[in-house]
Amino acid sequence: MNKVVKNAEEAVKGVKNGMTLMFGGFGLCGIPENSLKALAASGIKDLICISNNAGVDDFGLGVLLRDRQIKKMIASYVGENKEFERQFLSGELEVELNPQGTLAERIRAGGAGIPAFYVPAGYGTEVAEGKEVREFNGKMHLLEKALTADFAFVKAKYGDYAGNLIYNNTANNFNNMMATAGKITVAEVEELVPTGELDPNQIHTPGIFVQRIFQGTDYEKRIEFETVR
Amino acid sequence: MALDKNGIAKRIAQELKDGYYVNLGIGIPTLVANYIPEDMEVILQSENGLLGIGPFPEKGKADPDLINAGKQTVTAVKGASFFDSATSFAMIRGGHIDLTVLGAFEISEKGDIASWKIPGKLVKGMGGAMDLVASAKNIIVATTHTDKKGNSKLLKECTLPLTGVSCVKRIVTDLAVLDVTENGFKLIERAPGVSTEEIKEKTEGNLIIEGDIPEMKI
Repeated sequence: MNKVVKNAEEAVKGVKNGMTLMFGGFGLCGIPENSLKALAASGIKDLICISNNAGVDDFGLGVLLRDRQIKKMIASYVGENKEFERQFLSGELEVELNPQGTLAERIRAGGAGIPAFYVPAGYGTEVAEGKEVREFNGKMHLLEKALTADFAFVKAKYGDYAGNLIYNNTANNFNNMMATAGKITVAEVEELVPTGELDPNQIHTPGIFVQRIFQGTDYEKRIEFETVR
Repeated sequence: MALDKNGIAKRIAQELKDGYYVNLGIGIPTLVANYIPEDMEVILQSENGLLGIGPFPEKGKADPDLINAGKQTVTAVKGASFFDSATSFAMIRGGHIDLTVLGAFEISEKGDIASWKIPGKLVKGMGGAMDLVASAKNIIVATTHTDKKGNSKLLKECTLPLTGVSCVKRIVTDLAVLDVTENGFKLIERAPGVSTEEIKEKTEGNLIIEGDIPEMKI
């Protein structure tokens, strides 16, 4: 089983205007930097992007936003991006904000073949608008639907030719679920190793979920708020 | 005198118990970590996928792959674990977190909380706040009693978009500790030197004062 592609340009082949894409990462931690750059360079537009955050103005998803490649964002927290705020308030960008745990579970459910599920988050708020409400154990819940994507872009510390992935520290975040929810999942890794070199006990994402994998280059790994003692 | 942010955090730290798993929100709640009693083991959870938040790193040792939910660089304590966001919210939604501390723009006398959106102004998103308030066993709100213009944040009804309904149990402000009860805000403690009259004046929602209200011990 060899899923290795040469580089980011090859990895994003087949992404078309109007597709739904997922991007792993929390803030700028664990984002697929190489795939994002290749997509920005491709000029593909009208994208529906599912990501917890929307990058910052000049990095990550912020670059696709700036170049008006995104039609709709499905996210949970977008506080660090002025261009996002401007496009949203002016109505140029469609935005669906989800409670973070609901977003994570919608993606997990999408990958796991569960079409919908009930959660208490958002009951009695504007998130509940238009959603079925049902009581379980004396508590009100909302029916939330699963999310899948045409392409899911994830980033891991280690990966092998078969697509097995290991994340580093808090750079796992949304990557692990998103890897399961893409029709085509593209993984970029800091260190690509031959199959058999990763300890099977340590794998976070089994290779079955990954269709393409490549060795990333020039990782910037930008820190949003460097805070020291 | 009204407490400063650190004073509010110190008072909230008195609510901690040995063995608690705690989620601290951004802002004043984060400061609570500085006042955990030394003889107590409290494990801090960060919803981006860390159980066992440690202190900020030393200068030059920040790891871009190790951040908290506020996207600040942190460290991990001995015995910490990392996991994905779905697992993180299983901890939260599943009721495994003992205490959640978060900030607020407004709280109603019924325990509703508004903390994520000011229409027409800033768009940030709710992040994990809606999941936390809907599922936490115990929620304490850390906030100033009034906004910058002096308007009460403790209201009959919230005016801003809600984060959750009937979920707040206790509020610690710069002026008081209050519990949310069936009949409104029950005054539990006053900040040192702050009168019940001042608290009454600055609380728009129904305030219940029973007997002598003790001062906080900070």
